[in-house]
Amino acid sequence: MAEPLIVTRGLTKVYRMESYTVTALQEVSVEIKAGEFVAVMGPSGSGKSTFMNLLGCLDSPSGGDYYLAGEKVSELTGDALAAIRNRRIGFVFQNFNLLPRTSALENVELPLLYSQVSAQERRSRALAKLAEVGLAERAGHHPAQLSGGQQQRVAIARALVNDPVLILADEPTGALDSRTSFEVMGLLQQLNRRGMTVVLVTHERDIAAFASRIVSFRDGHVVDDQRVAQPADAQALLRAHQPAAA
Amino acid sequence: MSWIASLRIALRALRVNKLRSVLTMLGIIIGVAAVITMIAVGAGAQAQVEEQIKSLGSNLIILLPGSVTSGGVRMGAGSRSSLTEDDAAALQREVNDVQAAAPTLRGTGQVVAGNSNWSTVFYGVTPEYFEVRNWVIASGKGFDPADLTGSGKVVLLGETVARNLFGDADPVGQTVRVRKVPMQVIGTLERKGQSLMGQDQDDVVLMPISTARNRVLGGTAAKQRSVQSISIKIREGADMAEAEGEIRRLLRQRHRLQPGQEDDFTLRNLSEVLGAREESSRIMTLLLAAVASVSLLVGGIGIMNIMLVSVTERTREIGLRMAVGARGRDILSQFLVEAVTLALIGGLCGIVLGVGGSYAIGHFAGWRIQINAEAVALAVGFAAAIGVFFGFYPARKASRLLPIEALRYE
Repeated sequence: MAEPLIVTRGLTKVYRMESYTVTALQEVSVEIKAGEFVAVMGPSGSGKSTFMNLLGCLDSPSGGDYYLAGEKVSELTGDALAAIRNRRIGFVFQNFNLLPRTSALENVELPLLYSQVSAQERRSRALAKLAEVGLAERAGHHPAQLSGGQQQRVAIARALVNDPVLILADEPTGALDSRTSFEVMGLLQQLNRRGMTVVLVTHERDIAAFASRIVSFRDGHVVDDQRVAQPADAQALLRAHQPAAA
Repeated sequence: MSWIASLRIALRALRVNKLRSVLTMLGIIIGVAAVITMIAVGAGAQAQVEEQIKSLGSNLIILLPGSVTSGGVRMGAGSRSSLTEDDAAALQREVNDVQAAAPTLRGTGQVVAGNSNWSTVFYGVTPEYFEVRNWVIASGKGFDPADLTGSGKVVLLGETVARNLFGDADPVGQTVRVRKVPMQVIGTLERKGQSLMGQDQDDVVLMPISTARNRVLGGTAAKQRSVQSISIKIREGADMAEAEGEIRRLLRQRHRLQPGQEDDFTLRNLSEVLGAREESSRIMTLLLAAVASVSLLVGGIGIMNIMLVSVTERTREIGLRMAVGARGRDILSQFLVEAVTLALIGGLCGIVLGVGGSYAIGHFAGWRIQINAEAVALAVGFAAAIGVFFGFYPARKASRLLPIEALRYE
């Protein structure tokens, strides 16, 4: 049997304040196989964001182990974590986090700036990923000239540009209307169908419904972990919502 | 990340806040311009002093007779008549480094021409005097050999004396009375201007040394062919200390001084006096540069201030860069490059302004200006160093941000 892509064992995160400590995550053990589409759900304060930050190597756990693609990431620090984020993980944020006054193409190139890639190759790879999300002709546009959905697609292209093993999407539809939300989810589903592992954090049940597995958090614990028998198809939904005239 | 990429990011960031960048650079611009201008003015003044020293002769040695002690009272340098014309001749003949040795007698007195009169200094000199002092005759002619040996009643007038006695009229051929002795003016001396000590060097009358001794001074000065001073010009390139040593040795030998016995003459080197003057002008330059450096420092603090603002403003950008794989040192170098770029662009503008300002000062104030490449390089190097120094703290602050906190920063 193939080694799961993500393995956490007793993953714990404790925040120490001046006078008290907060246990944001307590002994979480989860396995995610390559090719899964997992939605992480839970109310605010449930620990789902902390879990995401640890999966994304943006933060180090206080206890427990985390293996990403067989590598024990939980004992890495600083530059080694930066390298993992750069090569293994693609991030999609709620507020897109694109650099303002910078073209879509250069935004997509950004991760390659930090991984010895020639300027020429940066450009061609970024263009290819922009084409993949259907924005090739918008390469020269600045974020302010793009719609919210387009901006999020640029962000997805940026997440894909270094060919990661994992896409981490933190409330990717939080700033979008439902129609564009479906577009973005459709894109993520499409990527997942091609084999990309996607972990999505959301508090919306209808967005989580597009995933093939839902992990629910409460008070720092996993309270529910179940497969979705029949995930909703975002592209089918979109087609159904098309005005009849079209 | 490559330097070129860092530079492009830096230039873009600076372009986004054009006005702010320009205002921040202003501190460096003014600082660099001030340093360059001040050093140019200072170096110009110094060069001028050096030139004066050269024209006066830094290779000039003045020999004065020793002092007389009379009843326990020492009379000071020159009170003894221990130097003679023969000493001067011997020095010129026997010391290799001596180019010319000019014995002089000095006196003061009233000079009368027609109904005007003027109190001045007169020197009895030999032809060597003109060589030693680099002095040329402006009109008329110099002393004939017959005048020199036969106490000819001829004089040369300095510009100040000629002007005071004759106004605009030509003094050559006129008769003047020096201490009541009538003499013919055979020429005038070229204007020499003020000495470094502020004396009017043109307020002077020159006559043959024999004339001064026999016809004007008389009395004790007439004895023993003694002279009041010997001015010596040392050959170009000769070592001054060595020449002084040889002159001293020869004179001690001629005056039959025993070892351990005190010199009966005083040796003065003009370059010491002038060196002090040069030193003071050098200190002035340093002082000006130091004051100018303060404005560079202030400019540097301005850079630090704006970089701190920039780091805070761009916290989320920093968080994003870290999330996509930037290491601490990538962020550090990015902000450092930005600070240095700011400082260097400011520095280059400062050079243009400083060089332009220096020439403007030279042109309008009529001062001598000397721009040297080292000062310019120094100012720019200093500007870059300031960029690194004052950019380091904000850049390090940026590089130490935690990615999640930076990403969530509002």
